Amino acid sequence: MITVDKLSKRYGTTTVVDQASMVIERNSITVIVGTSGSGKSTLLRMINRLVEPSSGRVLIDGNDTAREPAHLLRRRIGYAIQGHGLFPHRTVAENIATVPRLLGWDQARVRARVDELLGVFQLDPAEFAGKFPHQLSGGQQQRVGVARALAAEPAVLLMDEPFGALDPIIRAKAQDDLLDIQRRFATTIVLVTHDMDEAFRLGSRVAVMSQGRVLQYDRPAALLTRPADPFVSRMTGSADRAMKLLSLTTAGEVAVPGSSNGPTVAASASLRDALSELVWRGAESAAVVDANGMPCGCLTVAAILAHGRPG
Amino acid sequence: MTQHRIDPLGALVTAVGAAALLWLPFVVLKPNRILPGDARSLIAVLPPSTTIACLACLILVALAALAMSKPPVRLAAALLGVIVVAAAISTAGDVLTPPGNRVVRVAPGSGFWVLLVAVGLMATDAITRLRPRPAARVLMLALFAAVTLFALAHGTFDHLSVMREYAVNAGRFAHEVRQHVWLALGSLGTAVIVALPLGILCHRVPRLRGGVLGTLNVIQTIPAIALFGILMAPLGALAAAVPLAAQLGIRGIGAAPAVVALFLYSLLPVVANTVAGLKRVSPAAVEAARGMGMTSWQVLTGVELSLALPTILTGIRIVLVQNIGLVTVAALIGGGGLGVFVFQGIGQTAIDLVLLGAIPTVALAFSAAVLLDAVVETMNRARQ
Repeated sequence: MITVDKLSKRYGTTTVVDQASMVIERNSITVIVGTSGSGKSTLLRMINRLVEPSSGRVLIDGNDTAREPAHLLRRRIGYAIQGHGLFPHRTVAENIATVPRLLGWDQARVRARVDELLGVFQLDPAEFAGKFPHQLSGGQQQRVGVARALAAEPAVLLMDEPFGALDPIIRAKAQDDLLDIQRRFATTIVLVTHDMDEAFRLGSRVAVMSQGRVLQYDRPAALLTRPADPFVSRMTGSADRAMKLLSLTTAGEVAVPGSSNGPTVAASASLRDALSELVWRGAESAAVVDANGMPCGCLTVAAILAHGRPG
Repeated sequence: MTQHRIDPLGALVTAVGAAALLWLPFVVLKPNRILPGDARSLIAVLPPSTTIACLACLILVALAALAMSKPPVRLAAALLGVIVVAAAISTAGDVLTPPGNRVVRVAPGSGFWVLLVAVGLMATDAITRLRPRPAARVLMLALFAAVTLFALAHGTFDHLSVMREYAVNAGRFAHEVRQHVWLALGSLGTAVIVALPLGILCHRVPRLRGGVLGTLNVIQTIPAIALFGILMAPLGALAAAVPLAAQLGIRGIGAAPAVVALFLYSLLPVVANTVAGLKRVSPAAVEAARGMGMTSWQVLTGVELSLALPTILTGIRIVLVQNIGLVTVAALIGGGGLGVFVFQGIGQTAIDLVLLGAIPTVALAFSAAVLLDAVVETMNRARQ
């Protein structure tokens, strides 16, 4: 658990982050979203003290981060940035091994970890370990960047617009991968982005920032149904807010016992996708199936619609 | 596949070589080391059979230069040319020197030098076209140096005027070469020790950059002889005032002002290249390095300087080659080095003695350039 307690950063008379407070749950993805200049990156960088706070505290599992040398703190916290920041003069394996080497892991353990991570990120160790970053595609470089951030098994991973430089298709894949990674390693991830769709897709909680202040920190659905501020409504967009809300719930969560002659819908599909399928087929209800294709209930258009409005 | 195109560089080399053979003296026979001598052409000097063999080889070289496009063939032909020209001058020395006479001088004439430059140009052009890897280039240099030194040690050129001067100065020669290399490397070493931190400081504190680089630029524009003169007075005063300085060998003349002047000249290229190299390092890589918990020192050495190293080494290469040349001037103020022979030769109007200083200086500078270029290229290949 990370507690951000009245954290502020001032440069001269300019206040970049103003009294930000939030509690970040363990084993979850928390997204900080805002326009450029909102202070979101500065807030993230105060967590690993790349920026020293002017006032306020950050506690990780109850321990004040200011109490230990900044470079030792950072070795315990993963850090991935936009444009990956890979070292061009080191191979993929050497890049990933950076923090384990700083921590003094022995050779065999470093090797095993590098191979494991390359496997997790669908990069064949035999092919990729010895390559230099410039020999990889943009998507591969980004994956190596995240693998490097995870190398020393950090409990916390900070990501600053990690997918900003990727094209939409690779970006969607990278987002799916991140959700898998989070579940696999049970990492606490804090991610900064300016893209509200990315925030909704990844975040179990989302903080909306503007002009240095955290305007609202809540579950994505609450940002849509109970915006605390007109700026939050503008950020989330009001034209398709019903559809956004539907995209936050899966068919499996809403399915009720019963059967249907309609089309089948995967339990993991969002209500938005399920509704789209029903509209397309002209059906009133769908059969929900689990990952093994076994029926596990049915879903009606009315039930879906009921989830698309507040309250 | 036959190509009937005439190689432009080959045409130039052939024309220049032929002109040198026809109109310029291949050797000059002097009654002693100072008096002017008689110019002799290659044909007039060598025995007829040797002349024919020699000309036949040179015609082959010219044909290869004109018509062959394959770099290995061109290189082999150029090397044959170098060997023929060297053999011819060696034979000329043996033929023209009366037995037991140690006064007569057989000096290579302008025709020899132009011919040597022509085949040398052809060889370097062929090597450029071969695009050898850095290690191969160093190997070629080492082979060439080994063959040349072997020929010299074997006495192949002992009857030539330059080697006569060497025979007279043999004891001093080794000492002056060492002094030359020591002055060049010593000033470079101290300059790197100062310039590297200065460059890092200029990178970190942009406000300093203009002033520091501006000052070093002004130093660079002072002519070497003027700088030696400027340094004489303060260093002389220092030696007079501080006995310890005098004991350490610091005086107004000698090696001290030479090293100080060369040190000052060395600063600008190293500082400027350090700043340029650090500027090129990707800010994202530095940010990631800090974010992963490297200390400032680890970021500086492991990321910033590592990435800037090829650029910094390029600066060091410039300085080393420049210093090897400039050390020659240090002889004027008693600094020693190969310049001693150059200035003594000028004083005695003995051009052979000048060459004894000048040729090894050029060879040293050339070797240093090849070596450091190879190091820089190896690094760039490894990391792009």
